Amino acid sequence: MREIAHIGGPQRREPDLAEILGQVAAGDKDSFSTLYDALAGPVFGLVLRVLRDPAQSEEVAQEVMVEVWRSAARYQADRGSVMSWVMTMAHRRAVDRVRSEQAASDREQRSAQREQMPAYDEVSEEVAVRLESEQVRRCLRSLTELQRQAVTLAYYRGYTYREVAASLSAPLGTVKTRLRDGLIRLRDCMGVSA
Amino acid sequence: MSDEHLHAPTGAYALDALPDDERDAFERHLETCPACAQEVRELTATAARLGVSAATAPPPGMKAAVLAGIDSVRQLPPLVPGGGASAVSPVRRGRALPRLVLAACVAAAVGFGGVAAWQYQRADEASEQARAAQDQADRLTAVLSAPDARTVTGATEGGTRATVVVSRERNSAVFVASGLPKPPAGKTYQLWFDDDGAMRPAGLVSSDGASVMQGGVDGASGVGVTVEPLGGSAEPTTGPLMVMSFPT
Repeated sequence: MREIAHIGGPQRREPDLAEILGQVAAGDKDSFSTLYDALAGPVFGLVLRVLRDPAQSEEVAQEVMVEVWRSAARYQADRGSVMSWVMTMAHRRAVDRVRSEQAASDREQRSAQREQMPAYDEVSEEVAVRLESEQVRRCLRSLTELQRQAVTLAYYRGYTYREVAASLSAPLGTVKTRLRDGLIRLRDCMGVSA
Repeated sequence: MSDEHLHAPTGAYALDALPDDERDAFERHLETCPACAQEVRELTATAARLGVSAATAPPPGMKAAVLAGIDSVRQLPPLVPGGGASAVSPVRRGRALPRLVLAACVAAAVGFGGVAAWQYQRADEASEQARAAQDQADRLTAVLSAPDARTVTGATEGGTRATVVVSRERNSAVFVASGLPKPPAGKTYQLWFDDDGAMRPAGLVSSDGASVMQGGVDGASGVGVTVEPLGGSAEPTTGPLMVMSFPT
């Protein structure tokens, strides 16, 4: 697990992934196997964090990995790193799954679920405890309370900003702004460039 | 203030936290706002770091399932300016090839040209290889662009899909496979023309992609695929994986 965290951390592994992805785009299944080893942990972990259900998470993570194979030739290096591309795909799929399930349940049921959810402090705490990357944990701590809660509810829970606002009893505009300035602070703290 | 208003959804967008309608509207806005697009790239990369930090060992059976899964999944060609390649319609048996399908076949053939589907590769003879690849590409194009080109598709039980494009006029055929598993060690896939039950060797195939079949179509009524020892056989030594009849 330590190894997986390293792959996503230092940027020096990234050129390798781009090179491997190029070979995958040419139909090389051995390279895909290598790429799988580098990506499956982060993909599965993120999807599991959002969906919670292991069986469903495995299904979605598999879909994401097959999608990497399918659209390898469509990766555009100028839009970001391979890891970022894949994690974006994984998050979107997980969130789509959450939302389509939500659409199936009615409004009343949704608000009932919301009341049963653990308090947001507990959520943030739980997230923080399980985070493997020291830097991410440190940077999350540098956010204001509202920024941290908003960002973690949106990203790790798959909430829309409207749902975040309802959960935190904060105005919509404020939440939108906190999501942005919270991420900007994380970006600067982690030294992310794109 | 107005700047703040324009940029405000970048964070929510990067976190997939916009409802569908707002996401669509913001994506339209992004096309005309390079500064927003740059910020979205940075914040998306930042969000991805949050995702990586949640890494967990995947279930042990997942890799085998994924590797089996990709066998039946055709890879998308790269995006090209002008688009169109994604609008490929399914190939219909026995009909003239729609233009878009032809374009996609040629794109796939060119894409695979670099990795070459043929076994006769010697690393120290790069120029010969390049010439062979070019020759292969030219012949592919000749068949695929023939006015009388017809297609027939087949699939194995394992989910490998194959299409044969045949031109009687050019007396030539192209075999296109998708999801072809690696042959067992010491084995290769061999193509055959079916001359009324007599199988005529038509070359070897070692990976996905398009391959020109060796020899003329002549009076063949179809195509077969078998697994043979490396180098191929004079006649099939195993039962066919796939048999496809040409349209009449």
